[in-house]
Amino acid sequence: MTVTEDRTPEREVAPIRELTPRELLRWGWRQLTSMRTALILLLLLALAAVPGSLIPQENLDSVKTSNWQAAHTTLAPIYRKLGLFDVYGTPWFAAVYILLMISLIGCIVPRLGVYWRGLRSQPPAAPRNLLRLPEATSYTTSASVEEVSARARAVLRRKRYRLRRVSTSTLEGAGEVSAERGYLREAGNLVFHIAVIVVLVGFAVGSLFGYKGGVIVLQGDQYGFSNELTQYDDFDPGSLFRPSMLNWFNLHIHDFHVDWIDSGPRQGMARGFRSDLRYQTSPNGPTKSYDLEVNHPLDIGGTEVFLIGHGYAPEITVRDGQGNIVSSGPAVFLPEDQSFLSFGVVKPPSGQISLEGLFYPSEVTLPNGQPVNVTGDIGDGSDAVLSLQVWKGDNGLANGPQSIYSLDTSKMTQVTAPGGKAFNLRKGQTVTLPDGLGSVTFDGITRWNKLQISQTPFKHVALGGVVLALLGLLGSLFIRSRRVWVRARETAEGTLVEVAVLDRSGGDEMAAVVAGLVAALQGRPEEEPE
Amino acid sequence: MSTHAWESLSNQAVAAAGVIYFLALLSHLVEWSALIGRRTAVAERKVLVGPAGAESSVPSSTEAPVESEGAVGTSGSSGEDERATRAELFGRLGYLLTCIAVACHVVAIASRGFAAGRVPWGNMYEFTLAGTGIVAAVYVLLYRRLKLSWMAPAVVAFVLVFLMVAVLVLYTPVEPLTEALNSYWLVIHVISAALATGAFTLGGIASAMYLLKRRRPDTQTGWMARVPDLPVLDRVAYRIHAFGFPIWTFAVLISGPIWAHQAWGSYWNWDPKEVWAFITWVVYAGYLHARATAGWKGRNAAILALVGVATLWFNFIGINYFSTTSMHSYAAPAHVAAAAPAVPEALR
Repeated sequence: MTVTEDRTPEREVAPIRELTPRELLRWGWRQLTSMRTALILLLLLALAAVPGSLIPQENLDSVKTSNWQAAHTTLAPIYRKLGLFDVYGTPWFAAVYILLMISLIGCIVPRLGVYWRGLRSQPPAAPRNLLRLPEATSYTTSASVEEVSARARAVLRRKRYRLRRVSTSTLEGAGEVSAERGYLREAGNLVFHIAVIVVLVGFAVGSLFGYKGGVIVLQGDQYGFSNELTQYDDFDPGSLFRPSMLNWFNLHIHDFHVDWIDSGPRQGMARGFRSDLRYQTSPNGPTKSYDLEVNHPLDIGGTEVFLIGHGYAPEITVRDGQGNIVSSGPAVFLPEDQSFLSFGVVKPPSGQISLEGLFYPSEVTLPNGQPVNVTGDIGDGSDAVLSLQVWKGDNGLANGPQSIYSLDTSKMTQVTAPGGKAFNLRKGQTVTLPDGLGSVTFDGITRWNKLQISQTPFKHVALGGVVLALLGLLGSLFIRSRRVWVRARETAEGTLVEVAVLDRSGGDEMAAVVAGLVAALQGRPEEEPE
Repeated sequence: MSTHAWESLSNQAVAAAGVIYFLALLSHLVEWSALIGRRTAVAERKVLVGPAGAESSVPSSTEAPVESEGAVGTSGSSGEDERATRAELFGRLGYLLTCIAVACHVVAIASRGFAAGRVPWGNMYEFTLAGTGIVAAVYVLLYRRLKLSWMAPAVVAFVLVFLMVAVLVLYTPVEPLTEALNSYWLVIHVISAALATGAFTLGGIASAMYLLKRRRPDTQTGWMARVPDLPVLDRVAYRIHAFGFPIWTFAVLISGPIWAHQAWGSYWNWDPKEVWAFITWVVYAGYLHARATAGWKGRNAAILALVGVATLWFNFIGINYFSTTSMHSYAAPAHVAAAAPAVPEALR
């Protein structure tokens, strides 16, 4: 048995379709342009996302953003006009992804039709000159044309090819088999693209109708939170959010545990924390309890409650010169570092004085007199120190709302303690202020939890979409799509068999496929398993 | 063993791995220098096999032009022979050393994990350690299957350089994880991210080789002649990328958001790391898309792949120097209340 090899040099092969050339051209042109547009839009989306990662973003870190704006007085107004402090909410960013979505839909819809027709049509007949295809070979055999064709059909069917039913050959007296496989590749491709649209829709609904809010809740059954707009400390709604979308619930923190790291380089930091949360989902409903932890949110009818932080609120009572209480109760101090050294202010609505200061959960005084905080673990509270600066004058509360975590001392004068600036108090101590300004008492310590409460509608749609996209992607990447033709005809030397393969997926070693097919046709063991 | 003992074992293993990688690199360089000025096995084999091809039942062109040390003996003077033997010897030695280094590397990663009592991916040092380890391990495993010997110097040099960066710049002592990082989604997220990073890096090396080889595709001598033909390189690069992309998709768009949702209450936060992971995803999506539909093969595809690798590694290391707000900056736990105002200087 002799085998001859015939390979044409690399050249363009005319696509094989039952379409007129003109239609084909138009179709191809449309296809190409929309693909290219989609690609450019895709890369544009990547490019448009870059500034948001380099310039501080208002909704991510407002403090850093305002600091940056203060430091760059020339650039800041320009950046603001361009929306560079909120890149992902700007019209131009939206324009890119909306265009991309339209382009995607424009791309998918015609392809769905093409795919549907392709599914129902048969594998195309063999081109006239098989050996002109880039991957083709031929050999002669003593077997008859019918035997070769039957064998080819059996081999290809075994390899899960779809066979062309009618095998009318373009050549007289020749037996011809046309086969195609890998239809699911294009299906995977389409699924992927549709899934991308599903993800975009899910994401859009989530950010338009959802909200994200934060609130600090003090520990104790007398404190609590009910899900109303006014109760939030910060609230970031989507643009189509309506307050009526808040569902009813209230909660309070019954108990709170922190697991402190007591050795190693991170000693004094919190390893884990857990809240014993009690909540009600209807006004007269039962009170349920839940162990709220980081990575373990509570889901109340689609609204999720996350525990994202904690800290201390020293209980401070301020009395005026006549001994009347002007302010009392826990004041939330925010942690400054991982040892829970905390900063906070007390601004009584009436009265002359305001306080700002540091809270040391576990204070040690260095030999040079400098106080340092050792750990966030407060123990029994005996090492806790409250170091307060006292200010006299207008704290600005009358001029409208302001942050409860900072004090504007520009119109105030400081009341200094004898021998230093700050008044240091331990739990239970009271300090009497000079000039008959009253007194300050450090009564005790309450803990607080920072809760993030959010509603993200359609989040499961987005997740399902991504999973679907991944499945489609796997199909479109790893299902091999190809067409095979086998033609046998009588010649003087015996039956000449031509085998050709057209790779429709790219990245495959077609030569090995041809070799494997030839081996199978000749009844030899295949070297390369498919 | 105590935490401390495991930690120092890990550090010693890293040092050992570094030294052995360096020896492996030297060995590959000796191999390379022995090839300079010599027609390689590939070139010879083509000449030898060409006329005899008709006897084979399979077209000769179907055999991938791989380097075959066996054919070397048939040619040339004894000097050529000696150099060929030397090249082969040092090539094998280099691979063997790389295998040993990978073993040390694995010990280093594992003992780091034992020291910390968790998966060893809590900070940049550990991630770099694991990432380079995965690049090296994937290379060692695919060495025979994809015939990657031509890639040896590039991979070993890459791993060595990043290992040095890890030790010199990124090193941090063993620390327990902060609460938000303590989730099994972290394990899944980081394994997939590291695996995809390894694959994209190898793919990037293949693409870089493609661009180098493209400048002189007909080189018959030296190390470049051992690098496979352009179509083979292109295909290898594509396959590695096609392997990495679904894993990256899973890491960035599935396990990442699920974990983010659990830990921070929002599945997508436009955090700089997320943004850059997304950019990398888009670039590689563009790469695969361009290959599939626009017919971008070869040069354009290779350039796109290199852009992808650049965004990948910029995200991994570079972005940390531009942005401090990232929730992925492992130094500051995300759960410390974010809105704390600056403490007035007087109180400090």
